[in-house]
Amino acid sequence: MSEEIIKDVMVGENEDYIINMGPQHPSTHGVLRLEVCLKGETVKYLIPHIGYIHRGIEKMCEADTYQQLIHLTDRMDYLSAHMNNEAVCLCVEDALQVEIPERVKYIRTILDELNRIASHQLWWCAFGMDLGALTSFFYGLRDREHILDIFEESFGSRLLHSFVMPGGLMHDVHPNFQKRTKEFIKYFRKKLPEYDQLLTGNIIFQNRAKGIGYMSRETAIGYGVTGPSGRGSNFACDVRKIAPYGAYDKVQFNEILGTGCDTFARYQVRMAEMWESMNIIEQLIDNIPEGDYTAKMKPIIKLPAGEYFRRVETARGELAVYVVSDGNKTPYRMKFRTPNFSNLFVLNTLASGHKIADLIAISGSLDLVIPDIDR
Amino acid sequence: MSSNLYDFSTLTGSIHAALSGMMSSGWVVFTELVLIGLLFLLFYALLGLFLVYLERKVCAIIQNRVGPNRVGKWGLLQTIADLIKLLLKELIPIRKADPILFNLAPFIVILASFMAMAALPFAKGLQAVDFNIGVFYVMAVSSLGVVGILLAGWSSNSKYSLIGAIRSGAQIVSYELSVGLSILAIVVFSGTMQLSGIVESQADGWWLFKGHIPALIAFVIFLIASTAEINRGPFDLAEAESELTAGFHTEYSGIKFAFFFLAEYINMFIVAAIGATVFLGGWMPFHIGNWEGFNHIMNYIPSIVWFFLKTFFIVYLIMWFKWTFPRLRIDQLLTLEWKYLLPISLVNIVFIAFIVLMGWHF
Repeated sequence: MSEEIIKDVMVGENEDYIINMGPQHPSTHGVLRLEVCLKGETVKYLIPHIGYIHRGIEKMCEADTYQQLIHLTDRMDYLSAHMNNEAVCLCVEDALQVEIPERVKYIRTILDELNRIASHQLWWCAFGMDLGALTSFFYGLRDREHILDIFEESFGSRLLHSFVMPGGLMHDVHPNFQKRTKEFIKYFRKKLPEYDQLLTGNIIFQNRAKGIGYMSRETAIGYGVTGPSGRGSNFACDVRKIAPYGAYDKVQFNEILGTGCDTFARYQVRMAEMWESMNIIEQLIDNIPEGDYTAKMKPIIKLPAGEYFRRVETARGELAVYVVSDGNKTPYRMKFRTPNFSNLFVLNTLASGHKIADLIAISGSLDLVIPDIDR
Repeated sequence: MSSNLYDFSTLTGSIHAALSGMMSSGWVVFTELVLIGLLFLLFYALLGLFLVYLERKVCAIIQNRVGPNRVGKWGLLQTIADLIKLLLKELIPIRKADPILFNLAPFIVILASFMAMAALPFAKGLQAVDFNIGVFYVMAVSSLGVVGILLAGWSSNSKYSLIGAIRSGAQIVSYELSVGLSILAIVVFSGTMQLSGIVESQADGWWLFKGHIPALIAFVIFLIASTAEINRGPFDLAEAESELTAGFHTEYSGIKFAFFFLAEYINMFIVAAIGATVFLGGWMPFHIGNWEGFNHIMNYIPSIVWFFLKTFFIVYLIMWFKWTFPRLRIDQLLTLEWKYLLPISLVNIVFIAFIVLMGWHF
């Protein structure tokens, strides 16, 4: 299809020109290459070229035991590393039918939400940068640092934790975990309104974000756009609600849905999700039950032959893991359905007809993480 | 009224007299030109370094950071270190670029800012050239810079540069109108285009205060339009780094890039200086009508200090804009100018003419 279009342009109107955005471009958030056809400043169409950071994670998984391949999943969507880990672990636990302790479920859910907040904070930083508001970057990173400190204290790593293991956790959380998390929630409840003051209420920002990148509910469903991007189009796709895992069935929370379907709606959904995540953490943090940090697991995990499927909600959408096992200690085939892959390919539909500046804003509002697309 | 204010023309006059005693009048003029040129060159370079440092510190404060603090006391030598780095960097030749235009562009940009600086009244009696059409001259030469930007974008043989340059062309040409009209408002008030005359006319109060609300409107429009004219955020579409990597100077490296960089900062200073001169009285101290005692005390602060205080106040405002606001889109940018600022300025001018006609201003 892409060749056809290119040929069309070659013989077509001379005013069109093609510009390569990326792989080294400040706003493609990684090594994504967008082949953008422009007429003046207006985007006619764009073709995403992926694969610049393809590492063959799915293939590598076939050579690793289940404990080992957890560490590879971190490297997909590195901003929701915890959810990626959890997806595989849930799949393995399902297959083995292990009953994991309540404590583990609670801690996993809290970590999920902390990770989601950290991810949305970084998205907010980068989205502001995309629109040229350079100060937002430092406000977001300032608060994200607090979450990363909590992570560092408990897991020793800040970004790629690999803390969740099949059957439970790598080890118990740090004794300070509860206290520091509560401190963070208290701190961030004060700081989050600053985000609105700096960016949301700004008239330039609203003019830049409102009414561009319209994604109807049908488009979102058609392209499989999930996560906050899909929910901005009123598409109820939150796996935490549809198929609760961890402790999500024990907490009260709202699925944030936007009706604007535009960039601003997606922005608002993410901002509201940060508030909602804090609510979830607050409900859980005081009630973490005592107990073991892991279920009894054999040192070598062998899944019974068969196919297993689990999905979780990462900060960017629905991550699904599909494992085919032939009874060995390594999976026969492993397939990840990563959210960013689907979210990326709707970009052409959203950005066509808009200006270059809008293309950047729209791709920013989809919150793409490129290693997650390429795997 | 500003009788006890130090007049720099006594200093320059004595230098002139001393030189005249030593050589013939032709050589005197030549020597003076060289001296002034050297002084401006030095001032230009130091000002550029200082403004870069100031911007880093200001943006650091706004962004909850410390800013440069390692090289020298409070990081004062940081920009000098950066300058040395830029001077030593390789000038990368661009394949298929137009070499003459490519090399010429930075000089045009820097020339424009140099020429504009000549007409600024830095202090009482301290002005290189006092044209009787000073305002007109400054407007004219500062708009030369866009030629350099267009050339840079065109000759770089890069699409990003070209988009940046075309954006910049559209932007500067549009916003020039509003800048001109807002300055014209004060020209109507003061009845002269001579910059020193405009300053003198504010001896009993700055036009911002004397000119009622229309002067305030003109000042706000001037701030917006001049920020756009010097390509700074939130109007930095020409070099929108999240869209066009670096816009029109994407392909430049080393000292040629430094020229663009320097010219941008000096232009910021120049528009701030013009804004200070026209609206805030330039080097004129803060005077209130006929409060002789108060005005006398204010005169003890040297005129050059007043000038730089006001100028850096506006520089700070412009920096504040950049680090707080998101960037506009090109169509929004042009809409703002042609649909809002320009009609408002035109109506404002008519208003001001009416006020002057009725003699309602102070």
